[in-house]
This record gives sequence, structure tokens and C-alpha cells, in this order.
Amino acid sequence: MIPINRKIDRRRVLRGMLGGTAVTVALPFLDCFLNTNGTALADGQALPVCFGTWFWGLGMNPGRWEPPTAGKITEFGPELAGLTPYKDKVNVYSGTKVILDGRPMITHFTGDWAVLTGTTPREERVILPSVDQLIADVIGTKTRFRSLEVTSTGNAVHSYSRRAGAAVNPAEVSPAALYTRIFGPDFKDPNAADFKPDPQIMARQSVLTAVMAQRDDLSKTLGAADKARLEEYFTSLRQIEQQLELELQKPAPLAACSSPAKPQDMVLGSEIESVKGNHKLFAQILAHALACNQTRVINVTFNDATSSLRKQGSSMTHHVYTHEESIDPQLGYQPNVTAFIMNISSGLGDMVAALDSVKEGDGTLLDRMLLMASTDTGYAKVHSLDDIPLITAGRAGGKVKTGLHVVAKGDPSTRLGLTVQQAVGVPINSWGTDSMQTSKTFTEVMA
Amino acid sequence: MTNTSKPSGKGKYLRRLALCGAIAALGFAGAAAPALADGDAAGQVAMRRLTQDQYKQIVMDVFGPTVTLGGRFEPDMRDAGLLAVGAAQVSVTASGFEQYDLMARSIASQVVDPEHRSLLIPCKPASDKAPDDACAKAFLGKVGRLLFRRPLTQHELDAQVAAANAATVKTSDFYNGIGLALAGLMEAPEFLFRQERVEPDPDHAGQYRLDAYSKATRLSFLLWNAAPDPELLASAESGEINTASGLKKQVDRLMASPRLENGVRAFFADMLAFDGFSTLAKDTTLYPKFTSQVLRDAQEQTMRTIVDHVMVENADYRDLFTTRKTYMTPLLASIYKVQVQFPDGVLNPWVPYEYPEGAQVAGILTQASFVGLHSHPGRSSATIRGKALRNIVLCQKVPDPPGNVNFNLVQDTNNPNFKTARQRLEAHRTAATCAGCHKIMDPVGLAMENFDTIGGFRTTENGAPIDASGELDAVKFTDVPGMGKAVHDNASTSACIVNRVYSFGTGHAPNKSESQWISSTLATDFKESGYKYLALVKDIATSDVFYRAAPPQTGALDTPSKLASTGSQEVQK
Repeated sequence: MIPINRKIDRRRVLRGMLGGTAVTVALPFLDCFLNTNGTALADGQALPVCFGTWFWGLGMNPGRWEPPTAGKITEFGPELAGLTPYKDKVNVYSGTKVILDGRPMITHFTGDWAVLTGTTPREERVILPSVDQLIADVIGTKTRFRSLEVTSTGNAVHSYSRRAGAAVNPAEVSPAALYTRIFGPDFKDPNAADFKPDPQIMARQSVLTAVMAQRDDLSKTLGAADKARLEEYFTSLRQIEQQLELELQKPAPLAACSSPAKPQDMVLGSEIESVKGNHKLFAQILAHALACNQTRVINVTFNDATSSLRKQGSSMTHHVYTHEESIDPQLGYQPNVTAFIMNISSGLGDMVAALDSVKEGDGTLLDRMLLMASTDTGYAKVHSLDDIPLITAGRAGGKVKTGLHVVAKGDPSTRLGLTVQQAVGVPINSWGTDSMQTSKTFTEVMA
Repeated sequence: MTNTSKPSGKGKYLRRLALCGAIAALGFAGAAAPALADGDAAGQVAMRRLTQDQYKQIVMDVFGPTVTLGGRFEPDMRDAGLLAVGAAQVSVTASGFEQYDLMARSIASQVVDPEHRSLLIPCKPASDKAPDDACAKAFLGKVGRLLFRRPLTQHELDAQVAAANAATVKTSDFYNGIGLALAGLMEAPEFLFRQERVEPDPDHAGQYRLDAYSKATRLSFLLWNAAPDPELLASAESGEINTASGLKKQVDRLMASPRLENGVRAFFADMLAFDGFSTLAKDTTLYPKFTSQVLRDAQEQTMRTIVDHVMVENADYRDLFTTRKTYMTPLLASIYKVQVQFPDGVLNPWVPYEYPEGAQVAGILTQASFVGLHSHPGRSSATIRGKALRNIVLCQKVPDPPGNVNFNLVQDTNNPNFKTARQRLEAHRTAATCAGCHKIMDPVGLAMENFDTIGGFRTTENGAPIDASGELDAVKFTDVPGMGKAVHDNASTSACIVNRVYSFGTGHAPNKSESQWISSTLATDFKESGYKYLALVKDIATSDVFYRAAPPQTGALDTPSKLASTGSQEVQK
């Protein structure tokens, strides 16, 4: 057993061992050991908390998704039936709203970004970071990927994650490409017996250091806006440097870590069966990525806000149906729209199932996860910003109580954004701007 | 309908000859740039991320066509109607950097491999296994100048050589070392971003202009959508480009080059939002003719139509919305339902085609690239098409729909009383909350209803005849050629293209002073030229305003974390 309190400079060790040639070495676990049952690190620290967003477009039908009563969930509304197996592991938040403060209601844009950034956009450009990135800045700095974004729609811009700036973090559209990115040649299996540091990695570090060295010279001539964009570039560069740094280290073993099966190349696009199939594959790969500590923040788009979901052979999309389909007088809702909603709900169930399927000690990955599911509208038929369905899954490592239906009675949706940030450890006590600003978490769910 | 033209087969050479002839015959475009008084227009310089096409073009120009790209690009962003303007708003995300890193290393490894190194690296190291300062400096200095679009400073070159040497030592491989250093150059912000630099303008006291290299770069991307070639860089290095004659010489040279077609295609692909094709999907059960080849053919058809029209024919830009001349492939002819004679034994041949007089077409507006791109996956959309025409061709912004509007009665395709889109949309235009915007989109969009969601020609919808009448800004028409004529005659059509070409070149929407110059000078010149596109481009390229810059604005750094600070940072317990 190597004494873990002894300071060892890993890079110096590796450099010394390499001596210009690649060697295969079995290195000690420098950073952390798991305890014997795999539920915590050897020093007693819990396995790290993880966070995710799960976005779907076009909301749900009012009155058909909420559990019938506040407090402990005994059953869901019919449109969240896909979550029934996990009713003790999720929370539902009803009654929140997005407040416009006199700004234009940009359909299928205002609602999604107001929930995720805490600010009602003034125009079709958002400069504030989404909640996942605020969280990634706190919990995502020690992993290979600060965050991972995917979309099941086949369109990389269908991402609801962004850093400060005008563009979203592009989403991976292909499960096969995501697999290769995470579990391809650059993946270092934390449970592998041998570890072979690659001198090419150190060579690449030298080159990136030279790029980074230009930072100060470059920013001298720029205005404030361009400086901010350059800073984002260098933040991204640092992410690559960190990846290289981690690839030179023997990762700590993780009992629950294993590579998923490599997926085939799939048909991409907005046809619903294709979307469901790709989403399931994404869910499995992301669960493995979290279990293997490749990232601690994930962002999943099931369908975009102006949902282009469609059924093969139909001339109508989900979005078009929301505006053009009549309400069935017998059913009381739009049947085709609701069929898409049921698919979405089932997709959320698939995501939760994937997280819950990874066993870690006596629990599952879902126990240390907090997944926040949100959408752009309360009732798509009329573009309502009231009562936007919000759901969380997971206990954030014990920081969140689950199995609860919280009724907010018209509070801004930012209460959930603040709650999840505090739950995963972001040091913040208020969030949002103007009427969306709040300092009230959902105390009912805070453990 | 008949095939009135014979198959194209004369080859690229004749095509280029015709193009050059057209350029030589330009009218006013060679005239001196309009005189400017102090205080005249000047825009803010931009830091623009290379677009996907620009990146690909530079790689091909610098390393040749045998070096291939791996990986994917970050999505470009559209602002003020153009990706070229959105490029000045975006940065590089973490996942985007991963991809740039992958691509740069893939490209660099090909450049230094045994197959390419003798051609692309101008020297041989003393040893393949050890650093070689002289050779690394020769290679990195040469390639760095092309990639950064200016010479590297001594400090930059020394740093690159040091990085190459360090990488060589770690891997005992000289070529690997300079390959990684090359990858570093291609990941550097100086390559990925076109960062323009300004200097005091000696001809206008107190004002600024782009420095010579930034000027050369702005010109080259405007005309070729590519980085400056060695001759243009030499013109910047000598300062020749800062003289009126020197600039004119370079503009004439670039415009006489066959590469001008690349610039024309790039501009129109941007303006017509062809990036949307990368994710365009149609329901293949309903439209089995729709394939990925149709997607490619649709774009190429419009590009060929435009290139022939504005370059080879040097015709009135506005005629693009009325012309009956185009090109066909067998797939397109099948979709449009036209009879075309194709040559035997040629795979997917392109054949020039002219619709007969009276045909129900409106130039590029009724081509699959427009009506198909602006439709739902399974059906056409008069509203989306009308909005696209307003946004793209007329540069008009249509407001978003209001919230809390019930669409219940608007469109039910199963309703036997509302068989056609016109009938369904009538509800929109008669509902007070919807009418304001729909009356500016639908009447023009409905004129394109003879074309289904993939561009297929039809005369009925659900068994009812299609009525393609409508109006555009109070000009009434009875069919789609009438709509094309209304677009042709609309003052916004010519004003829009002038604005867009200028923005494409500068990377920003014109500010007030630039707008005044555009409307008073550029638009007038364009009109006097007979609305010739190349004359417009040349007018901009030779103008003083295009290279002038507002005073540099350097300010305190607003970091992302500062911008992100919407909440207090301490938890109160």
C-alpha cells in the first residue's frame, strides 16, 4: 500500500520514467482510492456529485402531467407516466412561470432560455451562460470534459447549453461519434492494470503552451466584446490542456466504470423512432461517461423548442400539430400532440433508467446525480409561459430529497435553477435578473 | 415544356473565358471610388471566426487538394441575415476546440508525412530524429505567413520553433515536432479568427483605416472567400495596396481570376441560407424522390443559375427572380416535371434549360433550393416561404407571433372546408392578432404554392385547384411569374443586395454613417450600372469606405464570468 498522504509530483514521476521512450508501468493511485464497497473515496469523501439538463420542446398539456396532490408523489398525471418506476427518485415542480418584464415574447425561445439562464432574453441572442455551465465551472473542472452536450434531433445547434456569448455549445448528433469521442483511443480506463503514458501527449502540451503564451499580446488591441470572445477561446484551450494533463495520469479506479458497447452508425433526424433510438444510445453512453468520471455535467436535448419531431409518412410536425390540431372534444386534448408528449415522457424515463442502471455500492449513479428537465412553454398551443413543467431526477449525493411534488403558485422558474445550483455546491444565494431574480430555493426538497 | 438549350460540355476552359470576358466588359465598375469628406462613413473592425467554407478553402489553397480534413466544425451563426456577420459574434467552445484540435493534427500529420513532405516542406533536417532550427524556421515562417495572413513576428516565430523543438525532443521525430507546431498554428486564434488591425489614416487626419495586411485580407475574403494569396500579401508587405493604383491593380487581378466564382458562390450561399441544407429533412414516405442527391442538385442548380446570370451573362441582378433560364439534372427534371434531353452515358449530367415563355416559374424563388428549404418536412408552407422571402431577398424582419394566441381554428388539413393552404391561412389573416404579420407573409408565399415541399410542381392540393395570386407591398399579381416581377421591381430587392454584400465584406451590419453612404453612393452606383452584381462588388472593393475603421476601442476585459455574474456569490446560511 502506498501511503496516500505523501506528496508526489506525478508529472515529474512520469517524465522521469519516460526518459524519451514509452514504457508500460503500473502506477500507484495517486489521487484517490475507493473504499472497499465502492460508495466513496478512500479518504471518506463521497463520490462526486454530477449534474445534467434534459430539454424537450413544446411542454405538455396543462393538468395532465402534474401529480394530483402536492407533497409525496403517489401517482403522476398521465403524461408523466413514463416516470412511474422512478416516482421515489424524482421531483415534479408545477406552478412556476417565466415573467416577461415587458420584453417581447419570442416564441419557443424566451421560455427555454429564461428557465435555463435566469434572464428573460431581450432579443434573439442570449449572452448569459446557462445553469449547467455555471455548475460546470464549479464541479466540472477536474474531468476530461467540462460538460458533454448531445441532441437526438440530428442538428448540432439544438443545444440548450451555452457559455457567456452568442452561440450555443454545439451538441453531438451521432451516438457513434460521441462514443468515439469519449471511449475511443484517448480513453484511459481507470480500472486497467497497466498504464502507458504517451510521450506524444507531452509533445502536444508544449505546442499548446506556445499558443497560450500569445494571450496577452492578442488581447491588447481588442475591444471589450472581442476580448470576452478571446477569453472564451482560451477557456476552451485550457480544457484541452486539462484533457492532456489527465491523459498523462493513471486515473483512480472506479468500480462502476466500464465502456459501453460501441453503437452502430444510426440514421439521424427528427423522425420520432429515430429520435427515440438515438436518445437511448446517448443515455447509455452518457451514463457510462459519468460513471467513468469523464465528465460531471451532461446536457441532453430530446427535441428542439420548435419541435421538428414527426412520424414517418405524416406531413405534420409536432410543432405544426400544436397549432393546427383541434382539441378532441371527447378526450379534451390534441391527440397527435399528446402522442408526441408521451414519447417525450418515455424518453425522459429512458434517461433516468440509464442513470439508475449503473450500480455504485448499495445505490446507483442516479443517487449522486441531479438531472433537471425543462421545456420552453407551459402550453404550446397558445405559447403560454405559465406553469412550465419542471422535473428533477436524482438526489445530488444526498443534498436533495425526492419523491415530491412541489407547487410553486406563480413563482419564477428561477427558483429551480437556484435550487439545483445550491444542491450541487455552487456558492450562490440568488439567481436571475429583474422579476426572474430570486433568492428562494425550493426548501421542500433540500435535504 | 421543351428543352431549348443543348447539353453543357464545353468544359471549364470556355466557361472561364466567358467569365473573364464578362469582367473585362464591366461598365462603371472600374471608375474611381467615390470621394469622401472628413467625417464620412467608417465601421467598427471585426474579429471574425473563419467559417467552415473559409477554413476548408485555406487548407486546400495552402496544402493542396490531396490533404483531407477530418472532424467536424462548430456550427456557424447567422446574424443580420449573414453567417459572415455572425462570425463576428462567435468564439470557440470547448467541444469546438476539440474538433479544431483533431482537424489541425490530422491535416498537419498529412503535410509532414513522407508522401507530402518533399513537396510542402522547403528543407530537409540534418537528422530526422533531432531538432533543426533552420529547417523548422523556414517551414513555420513560410506556412505561418499564409495561415496568419501576415508574416509572423520574430517573437512568434521563435516561439513556434521552440515548440517544434520541444515536441521533437519528446518524440525523437523532427517531422512529428514540426507537424505538431503546424497544428498549433492552425489552432491559434490568429488563424481561426480574422482579427483586423487598424492604423491612423494618413489621408484623413484623426481617422483610421485597416492596416495593409487587414486590407488585403478583407479584400481577398470579399472576392474569393479565401485568404490572400502570396501576390496579395506581397502587395500588402510593400504598401502598394495602400495606393489607389495598387489597390485597383489587385482588385482587377482578383476579379479576373476564375476564383472569383468561389467568392460569388460563397456570398449567395450565405445570403440564401444554404447552411440550412446540412440538416434539411423531408418525409421520404410522402416524397420518395427526395434523396441526398436531390439536396445537392438543388443547391447546385441555384448556384449555376446565379453564376451564369451575374458573372457569365453579367445581367441585371433583379432578373434572378424572373429568369426562365436554369440548369437541370435528371433528378431535378423529374421533380419539376419538365422534359429535358440529357446526354447518354453521363452520370448525373447538368444541362442548361430554359422554361418556355409563360411557364409558372419565378427564377431562383421557385427552385427547389428556395421552396424546399423553406417548407415543413412533409408539406409546403406559404408562411415560411413568405417570411423567408421578406428576410432573405428584401432584408425585412417579420416580427415573431404574439403569445397566448389560440391557433385552433387556423389550419386543420383534415377539415373538408379548408382543402388548400390559402383557405387555411385565411383564418390567420382575418384574426386580428395574426393579421398584421400574416398579411405581409402569406400573400407572397401563397404564390409559390404550385411547388410542394421538395419543389415538385403541382396544380392542385387535396384535389382543389391552387390559386397562386397575391400581392407584395400593394403590387397585385395573379400567378408566380407575377410575383417574381413584383420582387424584381421592389425597391427593397436592390437595396437589400447592396446592404448584404457590404456586410458580407465588413462582417457587421452597417452603422448609421455607413448606411448613409450605402444609400447615397453605393445604391446609386448599383442602379446606374444596371444592377450588375459584379459592378457592385467592384465598387465596394475599390472604395475608401470599405477599408476605413472607426477609432479602435480597447476597454476593460469583460470576462465570461463577469458577464455571467447575475447572482451574489456567497451563500447565506
